[in-house]
Amino acid sequence: MSTTTAEPAARANPTRRAWRPWGVIAWASALVFAAPVLWMVLTSLHSEPDAATNPPSLLAPLTLDGYADFFGGIGGAGPWPPLVNSFSASIGSTVIVLLLAIPAAYALSIKPVERWTDVLFFFLSTKMLPVVAGLLPIYLVAQFSGMLDNISFLTLLYTSMNLPIAVWLMRSFLAEVPREILEAAAIDGAGLITTLRRVVAPIAMPGIAATALICFIFSWNELLFARVLTGVVAGTAPVYLTGFVTSQGLFLAKVCAAAVVVSLPVLIAGFAAQDKLVQGLSLGAVK
Amino acid sequence: MALETAPPPTRAGASSTGRSGPGLDRAARWARRAPLLPALIFTIIVTQLPFLATLGISFLRWNLSDPDDRGFAGLDNYAAVFSDPALRDSVVNTVVLTAVVVVVSLVLGLGLALLLDQRFFGRGAVRTMLIAPFLVVPVAAALLWKHALFNPEFGLLNGGLTWLGGVFGFDAPQPEWISDMPLTAVIVSLVWQWTPFMMLILLAGLQSRPMDVVEAAAIDGATGFQVFRHLTFPHLRRYLELGGLLGSIYIVQNFDAVFTITGASLEAANLPYQIYQTFYKAQDYGRASAAGVVVVVGSIIIATFALRTVSSLFKAEEGR
Repeated sequence: MSTTTAEPAARANPTRRAWRPWGVIAWASALVFAAPVLWMVLTSLHSEPDAATNPPSLLAPLTLDGYADFFGGIGGAGPWPPLVNSFSASIGSTVIVLLLAIPAAYALSIKPVERWTDVLFFFLSTKMLPVVAGLLPIYLVAQFSGMLDNISFLTLLYTSMNLPIAVWLMRSFLAEVPREILEAAAIDGAGLITTLRRVVAPIAMPGIAATALICFIFSWNELLFARVLTGVVAGTAPVYLTGFVTSQGLFLAKVCAAAVVVSLPVLIAGFAAQDKLVQGLSLGAVK
Repeated sequence: MALETAPPPTRAGASSTGRSGPGLDRAARWARRAPLLPALIFTIIVTQLPFLATLGISFLRWNLSDPDDRGFAGLDNYAAVFSDPALRDSVVNTVVLTAVVVVVSLVLGLGLALLLDQRFFGRGAVRTMLIAPFLVVPVAAALLWKHALFNPEFGLLNGGLTWLGGVFGFDAPQPEWISDMPLTAVIVSLVWQWTPFMMLILLAGLQSRPMDVVEAAAIDGATGFQVFRHLTFPHLRRYLELGGLLGSIYIVQNFDAVFTITGASLEAANLPYQIYQTFYKAQDYGRASAAGVVVVVGSIIIATFALRTVSSLFKAEEGR
């Protein structure tokens, strides 16, 4: 946020400076957009009877019962195994993605192969094909090889889902590494691995971190693959949340607590990567 | 360590790709390709082969509820896809859902981006609050809308109506949001999640405007609206296109919101949800694959435009 508030004075548009109402309108719209999120947090801190009143009871006493209820589990199965599954699939796939994407980005920017733009656009085009159209063969392969309900298989799919994004992002970050440093390293006889580890990685570290956070978010959010390919053993947090799709009795505080807990890692990662978020979501097209 | 023979100050590609033909021998070319190959091969295997398999299966008669009757079906599955009213409805739903969500969130996102481009108190906080909807896990966001906002008995929307009715003394209507208007319910929740995305892209576009031109126009007496109409908007066009196309690509594929909010009712089913149902519940593999191929063809049409837009932005970026 600090980056947006610190603006050079020259950017202020002289014709609009007098227009004070803009701030009021902006605050009002922000409150409207944030209201469902604030309501989610508030409801998660209410007791079940207070959460289910009409009109809403904004000032009801706060309690952590909703969270206690959520971690108590739906019908015995607690949320910890799905949360652990989500963490291992998201972190595992992010690590593999970086290991594959950084060398690939190197071969697309620092020492580019011939026709590197074509390769780059091939990666991008794979993101544009709908996941659902490849789902059945993937399911059949998983079934045939006994990999259904296996978190490793899901991790590989998340790797392929995020690899194009990471290649595009890492390429745009690596293109910013100064040429002189790389040539100096080459003259000193540094090989590919040494160059990547000792020269490129330290300079590109902020970019690598942003790429990792964005890949983590996409994997963590994914539902369709997880829903089709996992069951009781390897189910992820979003799959666990689908257990709340049909409502039974008073459970609003618990649902909101669940939504808060599962969203928390994404909110943290998203705000940490805030400045690079647009670049990541637009596959590096917008800086 | 600075080199005396300074390298030409060219961009990444231009300096070393050159004409790689005669200068580099085979071994050197493969050494260059080596770091790329693991990622490339992995991507081809995991993303391209399944589509070829789907294409193959789409010509087969293959339904798990009738396992003995398997064979070549020609175009029967495609005929079934195009004549099945449920699938046709899902095509219409997909188009409506994608178009409305993209257009509405682009318009709202543009408004918010223009607001955020002004200077006012607490701009950082406003920006953070506006991004928050995008950072709620999609399934969680859908559950939030379904249970905490749209619920007819104690959701926030009807609760708010009751409260207003109490204050102003009228009999508050209590609509059954999701069963009365399932598609609209899904659209509202998706607009809420995607407006921040559009806002971020358009804000990046606004902040990359050449400000000297805008200031010169202001000094020459151009009004705020004239500046917007003749300078800002043309500059933003590419960003609007990019936001629209990326949004379309993501929203055409939406599964989470449709699945969660409308649940078992197929009234608002879009193609991904319909295909999921055909394959996962009805287990008609042939027909699900044919529908999948139809979605791919539709996506390729959008993707062609998207790739062109990204490519023009990319060239502008590289050419700097």
